[in-house]
Amino acid sequence: MARIDLDHIRHAYGGNRGPNAVYALKEVHHSFEDGGAYALLGPSGCGKTTLLNIISGLIHPSHGKLLFDGRDVTELSTQERNIAQVFQFPVIYDTMTVYDNLAFPLRNRGVPETDVDRRVRETLDMIGLADWAKRRARGLTADQKQKISLGRGLVRSDVNAILFDEPLTVIDPQMKWVLRSQLKQLHRQFGYTMIYVTHDQTEALTFAQTVVVMFDGEIVQIGTPAELFNKPKHTFVGYFIGSPGMNVLPARVSGKTATIGSQTIELPGGTGSSGAAKLELGIRPEFVRIGTTGMPASITKVEDIGRHKIVRANFEGQEIAAIVGEGENIPADAKIAFDPAGINLYADSWRIEIGA
Amino acid sequence: MDKTWNNRAWFMVLPVLVLVGFSAVVPLMTVVNYSVQDTFGNNVFFWAGTEWFEDMLTSDRFWEAMGRNLIFSFIILAIEIPLGIFIALNMPRSGWGVPVCLVLMALPLLIPWNVVGTIWQVFGRVDIGLLGYVLNAVGLDYNYVNDPVDAWFTVIIMDVWHWTSLVVLLCYAGLVSIPDAYYQAAKIDGASHWAIFRYIQLPKMNRVLLIAVLLRFMDSFMIYTEPFVVTGGGPGNSTTFLSIDLVKMAVGQFDLGPAAAMSIIYFLIVLLLSWVFYTVMTNYGAESRDG
Amino acid sequence: MLELKNVTKTVDGADHIRDVTLTLRHGSLNVLLGPTLSGKTSLMRLMAGLDRPTAGAIFFDGENVTGVPVQKRNVAMVYQQFINYPAMTVYENIASPLRVAGVAQAKIDAEVKRAAELLKLTPYLDRTPLNLSGGQQQRTALARAIVKNAKLVLLDEPLANLDYKLREELRAELPKIFAETGAIFVYATTEPHEALLLGGNTATLAEGRVTQFGPTIEVFRKPNDLITAMTFADPPLNTIVLPKRGSNFELDGGVNLPVPAGMAGIADDSYTIGFQPHHLSLTRKGSGAPIRAKVSTMEITGSESFVHLDFADARWVMLAHGIKSFEPDETVEVFLDPQHIMVFDSSGRSVAQAKVG
Repeated sequence: MARIDLDHIRHAYGGNRGPNAVYALKEVHHSFEDGGAYALLGPSGCGKTTLLNIISGLIHPSHGKLLFDGRDVTELSTQERNIAQVFQFPVIYDTMTVYDNLAFPLRNRGVPETDVDRRVRETLDMIGLADWAKRRARGLTADQKQKISLGRGLVRSDVNAILFDEPLTVIDPQMKWVLRSQLKQLHRQFGYTMIYVTHDQTEALTFAQTVVVMFDGEIVQIGTPAELFNKPKHTFVGYFIGSPGMNVLPARVSGKTATIGSQTIELPGGTGSSGAAKLELGIRPEFVRIGTTGMPASITKVEDIGRHKIVRANFEGQEIAAIVGEGENIPADAKIAFDPAGINLYADSWRIEIGA
Repeated sequence: MDKTWNNRAWFMVLPVLVLVGFSAVVPLMTVVNYSVQDTFGNNVFFWAGTEWFEDMLTSDRFWEAMGRNLIFSFIILAIEIPLGIFIALNMPRSGWGVPVCLVLMALPLLIPWNVVGTIWQVFGRVDIGLLGYVLNAVGLDYNYVNDPVDAWFTVIIMDVWHWTSLVVLLCYAGLVSIPDAYYQAAKIDGASHWAIFRYIQLPKMNRVLLIAVLLRFMDSFMIYTEPFVVTGGGPGNSTTFLSIDLVKMAVGQFDLGPAAAMSIIYFLIVLLLSWVFYTVMTNYGAESRDG
Repeated sequence: MLELKNVTKTVDGADHIRDVTLTLRHGSLNVLLGPTLSGKTSLMRLMAGLDRPTAGAIFFDGENVTGVPVQKRNVAMVYQQFINYPAMTVYENIASPLRVAGVAQAKIDAEVKRAAELLKLTPYLDRTPLNLSGGQQQRTALARAIVKNAKLVLLDEPLANLDYKLREELRAELPKIFAETGAIFVYATTEPHEALLLGGNTATLAEGRVTQFGPTIEVFRKPNDLITAMTFADPPLNTIVLPKRGSNFELDGGVNLPVPAGMAGIADDSYTIGFQPHHLSLTRKGSGAPIRAKVSTMEITGSESFVHLDFADARWVMLAHGIKSFEPDETVEVFLDPQHIMVFDSSGRSVAQAKVG
C-alpha cells in the first residue's frame, strides 16, 4: 500500500490550457495516507470521477503531479501504477470461471502457478466466494460479480491502492449493508489504502475514516464523518450531508444574539466579524427541538419513517425541518427551540467561529 | 412478450403480400410444374414425374458444382471472417476517423454486383488489367482465362474485396457496444492485447459474428453474378457454381425440366440453411439472455 | 379504481406474477416495494396494458380492461432511464401527448407552461434533452406524464438514476405535483426508506407475489409475515430463532426475553423473532434483560452509529444515537424492547396478526 499525494492537480478535458479552458478539477492538493479509507463525496459533475481516473492513470492531468510514496507516477501507465479499481457495474470476464477471473491479473504478470493458486484461494476466502470457485462467472448475481471485481484487485499483493467508483450502484439496498461491512472488515484486517467515490452520503460516511467533499471541481471540506456532520465548513457541506440536510436560515447577528425574522436566538458565544454580506444560521434537523415552549412555528407536514419522524414546518417565513423520535408526541401548538450545540454561523456561506 | 392484437395491421401488409405473390409464389409454382414435366418450352408437356429429380441427384455434374460451392464458401469464410475482425479491431472508435472509415468500408457494398464483376474482369486481364499485367511483369504466370487456379484466385479475391466490409461493419458494431470500463479493467489487470481480444472483445462479438458467418455462408453459397461476369464459369467448368450451372442448363440448353428440378433442389438447400440460421440464432439469443 | 383479480403472468414456464389481487383507489399513491426481479416492472406492465395476463382479470372503474391495449387505456408511464424524444425541445417533448390527441394549439401552450412551471422547467423549454442534466431530463419525462392527465400514472424507479440529493428533492415534490390530478399513482422502488418517505399505501412484492398491501406505515410496523418484514427493512431486519417456554423466549446464555402481553397464549414452539435496528439499544427499555453481544464493525453516519453485532449465530445491526466508539471484538450489553419485537411462527406468519385478525 502507498501514500498518495496530489500535488496541485488541475484538469481540463481536451488538454485546453487557454483562458477558455473548462476545468473539471480546479485545484486539488491533498495527501491520502497509507492504509487510510477515504471517500470522495459530491454531486454529479463535481469532479470526483475525474480525480479517481487521474489517480488510476486513465487520465493524465493537464497540470500538477501525482506521487505514490514520494515517487512521481504522473506519466506512468495504469498497469505500472499497480492500482485496483472496482467500477459502477460489475466488470468480469464472462467466459471464465470465478477462479480464472481472480487468477487473470496474476497470470498476466507471469506469477508461477503455485503462487497463483495460493493467492486465489486466499482471496476467495476473503470475499466469501470459496464455494463458487469453479462456476462460470456469467450466471452469478450482481453483488457476487462485484465481489469478483473486488477480488481481482485484492489478489495482487503489490497493489498500491484500491479505487471504488460508485460500486454499489447496481446492488439492492439490503445487500448494500452486507457488502459495506465486508469492505470495512477487509480494510481493518489488511490495511489497504481505499478511495471510494460516491454521491450517496450514507455510503461515504459509513465507509470512510476521512471524507473529502467536492463541489464544482474543488475540495470543499475534508474531515471525519463526525466533523462534517457537526461542523460543516460550508453551507454546501451542511446541505449535502445529512438527510434531510442542514437548515440554513438568513440571520442578523449582533454580539451574542442572532435574529431570524422577529425571533432572537442566544448564541453560545460572540463572533468576530459582522462585515460580511450574507449571514446565515445553520442548524441540523437533529438539533431542532419541538415542544411546548420556544418560538412559534406552523407545521406543514409530518413524515413518519419508522425510526423517527421528520417534521416540516414554517418558521418566520422559512422552511425548516426537525427530527422527532419514534414515540414522541408533537403538540398541536408546536414551538421550536434550537439546541445550542448544533448552531453554526455562516458568512458568505463559509463557517465562522463562535467564540466562548 | 405477449403483445396485444391489432387486426388492422394486416391491411398494411396486404400490398406486400400481393407483390410477393406475383413475383415469387406464382413463378415458384410454375417452376414446380416444370420440374415434373418434360417440355421444350413450346407448351407441349409430357409428364415426367420424379425423373428429373433422380437424374439430378445422381448426376456427377450436379455434385461437382455442389462441391465447388462448398469449397468456395469455406475458403471465403476462412479469409473474410478473420480479416473482417482484424480490420474492425483496428478501426478508430472515436474522432474524425470514424465516419471516414465507415464510408470507406461501405463503398464496396454499394457497387452493383455485375459492375463488381466487370471491374475485376478488366482488372485481371493480362493485356490491359493492372493486376494481370503487374503479376505477369513480376514473373508470375497469371492468366485467369486459361488457368483454373488463377480463375479461382481471381474470383476469391473479388469476393473478399466485395464482402469483407460487411463483416467489418458487423464486427465494428459489436465492438463499439463494449463499455470503456472493460478496457480500463483489462489495463489494470495487465492484460495483453491478445488476452483482451480473447476474453473481452471476442465474447462480446459472438452474436454479430454468428450473423456474419451465416450471412456470408448463405450468400456465397448462392453466388452468381460476379463469377459469371468474370469467368463465365470457365475455364472449362472450373468455376461453374451451382447457380451458373443452373442458368446454363435452363437458358443455354433449354433443358427446362432438369433445370427446374435443380432449382427446386437448390431452393430447398437454401431453405434448410435459413432454418438452421433461424433456429441457432433464436436459441443462442435465449441462451445468452439467460446467462 | 383499478382492480386486479387473481392476476398471473407466466413467461416460458416461469411465473413472473403469481395470483395478485389488488384494489387501488383514485387519488392514492401506491408504492410497489421489493428487490430487483420481484415482479414490480412486470406488474406495472400488466396494469398499463403493455402485457396481457396469463390468467385473471383487470378492471378499471368497473369495466373489464384485461385485453385492452395500452393506447386505449389513458395511462402515463415514467421510467428509470430518462426517456425523452432526443430530437425535440423540452417544450415539444411535453407537448407530444397533446399533439397526438389533437388538442388545440392554444390549450397545448397553456398546459405545457403549467406543467413546466410545476416541475421548474420554464427556463429550459428551448433546450433538447441531451443538453440537460439528469434531474432535468427526468423532470421533462414527468412533465410529459402529467400533461396527459391520465387516470393511471406508473413510475418505475424513476429516481434511481439520480444523485442522492436530487432524489430527495424530487421525491419531496412528487406527491405535491400529482396530488391535484386525482389519478391513481403506482411507484415502484427497491428502497424501503423511499416508501416510508412517500407515504400512501405500499404493496410488498416477493418473487411475483404481493405479500401485503396497506397504508405504508402499517405494513412497516405490522407485517403479516416474515418475508414482508424483511422486504421492508433497511437496514436489514435483525432476526433470531428462539424457543418459547412458558412466558419467555429463551436466548443463549440463560437470558430470557419476556413474551409480549398480547401473545401470552401462543404454543411453546420455536419462533423467529424480528426487530428493527433502532429497537436494540444500550439502555434498558421495558423489562428486557441484557444481551451480551460482540461488536464486528462500526459505521458512523454523522449523528448516529450503526453497530454490527454478532450474537450466537445471528448477525445484528443496532442503530445507536450519537457517535459510539466501540472496538471490533469488544463485548457490549444491549437491550431489546419486548414491546417492539415481531414474532413469526415456523411458517413465517406473524403471531400478532393472527391474534388480532
